[in-house]
Amino acid sequence: MNPRRDPVTHVVLLFGAVLFVAPLWLALVGSTQDPAAIARGDLSLLPGHEGFSAYARVLAGPVPRMLLISLGMALAIAIGKIVISVLSAYAVVFFRFPGRKLAFWLIFITLMLPVEVRIIPTYSVMAGLGLINTFTGLWLPLIASATATLLFRQVFVAIPDELVEAARMDGAGPLRFLWDVVLPVSAANIAALFVILFIYGWNQYLWPLLVATNPKLDTIVIGIVKMVAVETETDWSAVMATAILALLPPVVVVLLMQRWFVAGLTESEK
Amino acid sequence: MERRTIFGHRLLPVALVAPQFLLTLVFFLWPACEAVWTSLTRQDPFGLHSQFAGFDNFVELFTDSLYRDSIGRTVFFMIAVSALSMSSALLLAVFADREIRGRMTYRTLLIWPYAIAPAMAAVLWILLLQPRIGLIGVLLNRHGVSWDYHLNDRQAMLVVVLACAWKQVSYNFIFFLAGLQSVPRSVLEAARMDGARGWHRFRTITFPLLAPTTFFLIVVNLVYAAFDTFGTIQALTQGGPGKATETLMVKVYRDGVVNLDIGSSSAQSVVLMIGVIALTALQFRFLGRGGRRESAA
Repeated sequence: MNPRRDPVTHVVLLFGAVLFVAPLWLALVGSTQDPAAIARGDLSLLPGHEGFSAYARVLAGPVPRMLLISLGMALAIAIGKIVISVLSAYAVVFFRFPGRKLAFWLIFITLMLPVEVRIIPTYSVMAGLGLINTFTGLWLPLIASATATLLFRQVFVAIPDELVEAARMDGAGPLRFLWDVVLPVSAANIAALFVILFIYGWNQYLWPLLVATNPKLDTIVIGIVKMVAVETETDWSAVMATAILALLPPVVVVLLMQRWFVAGLTESEK
Repeated sequence: MERRTIFGHRLLPVALVAPQFLLTLVFFLWPACEAVWTSLTRQDPFGLHSQFAGFDNFVELFTDSLYRDSIGRTVFFMIAVSALSMSSALLLAVFADREIRGRMTYRTLLIWPYAIAPAMAAVLWILLLQPRIGLIGVLLNRHGVSWDYHLNDRQAMLVVVLACAWKQVSYNFIFFLAGLQSVPRSVLEAARMDGARGWHRFRTITFPLLAPTTFFLIVVNLVYAAFDTFGTIQALTQGGPGKATETLMVKVYRDGVVNLDIGSSSAQSVVLMIGVIALTALQFRFLGRGGRRESAA
């Protein structure tokens, strides 16, 4: 059998693709339909006649601010995690200092304690620091990262000693070496990690729910869950338009950087 | 592994490690210790006084049949989500690994859902299954199936399992596909020569070679199902109807944040921490590798 025309394979993969694309399609066409018709149970699989009016409605409300908060949070988390992880991995790999092992292990422990299992005590710490209902509170506690530190440690350990020696011969200090050699060498890892962390930040739900009760700090994910929680008189086409807007940034990031991100993901897990 | 060449500074490295170290201390270790401490104390309802209570909170927790029910429910949920998500992903990965026309397109179509937030997955499933507006939900009700996951326990569990498993398929798919691609073609060729075909070849050659990936994914999926599904469940059923979809994670939230029972909630947090540490230790023991939290989220 010609392997390129394997009907069973196409059927299985098409089925899989439909399973994942159909809900998105539904949200897309639903956002162009009459909300009253949807509320009556007449959600159609074809585009409606309302055009982009639901988007106009949504964008006139709090959604743009929510998108901005999400974007700020995702960027702060991704960049913050990468910066502090690069620095700490660099210190652990290229220096000897007292407490080096201890620092490494303490950071490593963070791996074992996801936010979810310590929500209540972390909340009281946040309250003590006055970070409740602040934008800083949304991202700062989430940027400590064992995963990223471990990944960068792996990458840095693989940098040949000869390169370090050459740099020292040239009189490059440690910070110059970091900037001129180590960062360019790790560019692909940084890019891959950026995608993973951006999505991680954009998709947060429990943490912003806890630390930001002020609706002005609602992320888009929090916002849309609030919209569907009111099940009577829901403006469903607005919900769907918001869903599309909320999905767009992370999906675009994944699609644009798919190759790097897939390689980075599967490597960083090993 | 130790480097031969290092830099000689003493203060600089401390400064470089400091941000990460301080954040870990303030937002991880301190709260973790506080959770352990609070779980060993009893507080009056106003939080004004607390006194040491030993393991009372834990004894209370485990003698509470509601908590034991929640454990059972969570274990069932974790296994259902992991099994469903991993088996679908493996099936799709096996087919996507074949040399067919348009395979890159198929892969992209199966990888993009990685970008979907757990809570967003719930919203998309509402559009399908919500009894009054959802495409399939409405159809079911019009054809005499009484479908409402806000009222029916089993339907509620089914819906959260489907939505949570669905969201995790792309992650598993990425790893299974990478695992399949690293199976040496020569091994498969040799098996083909020996006459091993189709299912038999998969069962005796490919699947054993995928074992490390599979085991790694089992741990990741269990952790995902236990913790990262909070947003999905909250958006779909909020743990209801009654307690039908109240996993341990939802219960910590309900007891701690909604009902403000801090002692019990802290004890529950400590139980969850022990659970995560056990799972992580298991992963290290068998695989000698770690690093998964963010990417699983």
